[in-house]
Amino acid sequence: MNPIENPIVGRGARDGSTLFRNWFDQLTHVAENGEHAGYVFVMGSLNELLHTFGVHPVFPEINSLQTAVRRVADEYLNLAEDHGFSPDVCGYVKADYALQLRGGEHPMGRIPPPSIAVLTNACNTYLKWAEIWERMYHMPVVTVDVPGSRQAPGRYTPTADDVARDRRYVEFQLRELIEHLEKLTGTAFDVDRLREVLDVTNRMGRAWRRVLELNRSRPAVFDAMMEGTIYLGVANALRGTEEGARFFEDLAEEMEYKARHGISPLLDGRGEHRLIFVGVPCYPIFRRFYQLFSEWGGVFVSSTYTWFASGGLNLDYEYDLSRPLESLAEGVLLSVQRAGDSMLFHDRYLIEAIDEFGADGVVYHPIKSCRTVSTGLADSRRVVLEERDVLCLYIESDMMDKRVVSEAQLKNRIDAFFEGLDSRKIRMEKAASAAASAKSVSTPTA
Amino acid sequence: MAYAAGVDVGSTQTKAVLVDEKGTIVGRALLPTGANVVQAAEHAYREALTAGDIYEEDIGFVVGTGYGRYRVEFGDTQITEIVCHARGAAHMFPATETVLDMGGQDTKAIRIRPGGDVVDFSMNDKCAAGTGRFLQSAAAALELDLAELGPTALRGVRPVTISTTCTVFAESEVLSWLARGKKIEDILLGVHRSIASRSITLLRRVGIEGQITFTGGVTKNDAMVQVLNDMLGTTLNVSEDSHYMGALGAALFALERIHKGRTSGAGKGVAAS
Repeated sequence: MNPIENPIVGRGARDGSTLFRNWFDQLTHVAENGEHAGYVFVMGSLNELLHTFGVHPVFPEINSLQTAVRRVADEYLNLAEDHGFSPDVCGYVKADYALQLRGGEHPMGRIPPPSIAVLTNACNTYLKWAEIWERMYHMPVVTVDVPGSRQAPGRYTPTADDVARDRRYVEFQLRELIEHLEKLTGTAFDVDRLREVLDVTNRMGRAWRRVLELNRSRPAVFDAMMEGTIYLGVANALRGTEEGARFFEDLAEEMEYKARHGISPLLDGRGEHRLIFVGVPCYPIFRRFYQLFSEWGGVFVSSTYTWFASGGLNLDYEYDLSRPLESLAEGVLLSVQRAGDSMLFHDRYLIEAIDEFGADGVVYHPIKSCRTVSTGLADSRRVVLEERDVLCLYIESDMMDKRVVSEAQLKNRIDAFFEGLDSRKIRMEKAASAAASAKSVSTPTA
Repeated sequence: MAYAAGVDVGSTQTKAVLVDEKGTIVGRALLPTGANVVQAAEHAYREALTAGDIYEEDIGFVVGTGYGRYRVEFGDTQITEIVCHARGAAHMFPATETVLDMGGQDTKAIRIRPGGDVVDFSMNDKCAAGTGRFLQSAAAALELDLAELGPTALRGVRPVTISTTCTVFAESEVLSWLARGKKIEDILLGVHRSIASRSITLLRRVGIEGQITFTGGVTKNDAMVQVLNDMLGTTLNVSEDSHYMGALGAALFALERIHKGRTSGAGKGVAAS
């Protein structure tokens, strides 16, 4: 059998899609039955505590981006703008606001209203966003204030005392959150249940990191911008669940198989241009956006999105089950700090990734909706260009608003980028060939 | 003798250039693009053939470039204008390390290696501020012909500040300066400085290195050349053929293909498509 015909190939995409659809079906069930729904965000989600209390997590960011992927975001954005929101406000917030006005009506099902919202300060917008729900639903909003990095990574390494102080600060707030959840559900906190949930998150994290690492293979085994984003959805939605952990263990197995057999996401992976994606994808034309790169043999071997939007799963951190709450606080602290660093100070991480993944180019995609994730990209690009012989592409659009997505302009820039990559490849091949000839001349024959 | 052709279908104008085996321009044509892009490409190509007194059968390879490059139906391949401008600039001014291309709706800053390989590029966002269209808008507001803009601006002494980044609003800003009694030449000099300033931002993004070659339709505007020279503190490389730089680059790529023997035989002309 041709290895590519093995049903393991593409299993992750199929299973991920089914799990994701089931997850939305479950949300519809929660909405129809008036069960408790906890609104959380992808950065610092604290999903594990919600699961411990049997509260269904809802990710407004995922709901919003799905309206763009399903090509109905404009209906939601227009409705929010009819209510006075500026075109410059985050598209995720506006789509969610309109979703609430429409009673949770969503292309994937029905989204339940929040019984509680749990957030961190990982993103400034989270704070104002949750205030909207607070005013609409008069439900508790618990904001966990997570200390960020004091300076750019590398300039300052926190001491053990710094980390311990920060962790205790977060842990104290988690205890307050637990009180809210106990009050909401009428259930006492069960530390053993939390331990079980953290255990499956640890398994998921281990497998996720293995999946990311396997893309160092040549050819790459998956596209970190396209498929990576789909996997990211499952990672967030099903974090802390057995099915989520199993999905990623299966996915790691699939990627191992693809790496062994040299199976690429491209039709022909031999001529691949290995790229790193920085930012949030362009959801209004998600598939086309991917094709603009894949048609040229571009494959994203890594993506900062899989770093800052994975709730810290990409980090080499595992919860210590012997001290679950303290360890959860430590994990949240680390993941939120690193998410911030991955958005604001990513040049060092990018240079490491360029070396580890053997990248040929970096694609920066600042978005109109989110200044946080877009700030500093120009500086990062300059550093990367100075320190590594790669090409960088800087293209701007949005993750939600099709009005600022110009496919013709994107294509023109992307085409020119690949023409440059082709020239770079020829130049490097010539240099390698010249070096080989020089070596053969200087090596005495037997 | 085999010739090579480049056809640059821009948003405003379509340019065609023919080169001989040494890369010397032997025919050129420039037409408004208009609504029929396919026809504009064909007409420009035919005019260049006529101007160069060259038979279509002698064209070995045609490269299409510009926004309408995929509509050059008789073309053998397409290459973006970013890469073509770089190639043309490096050919015409071999010491070029930075290219500024100012066209109808795009302005591009391109940093290149010797020979024309693109190292980095930066373009205006989805807005025509800082492009030729901005000048057109100002010309319309002042009821001037495009050709009059440069000479009029050069008479300016006290340039006004044009703060808007929107081409449409620029027209209202120009009118508001007129209403305040400012001289047309000072307003126009302000418009030129505003465009130059945005272009210099693009140049700084890619890093200003070595000689800068100015390309695109706006090179015909002497005031823009002078304002850029003043603001950059250098002298930009500009030639009579700077307007054709994208088409020239495309023709040079076509010539390269001929040299590599990658032509697919005779009949590379419009008639064969």
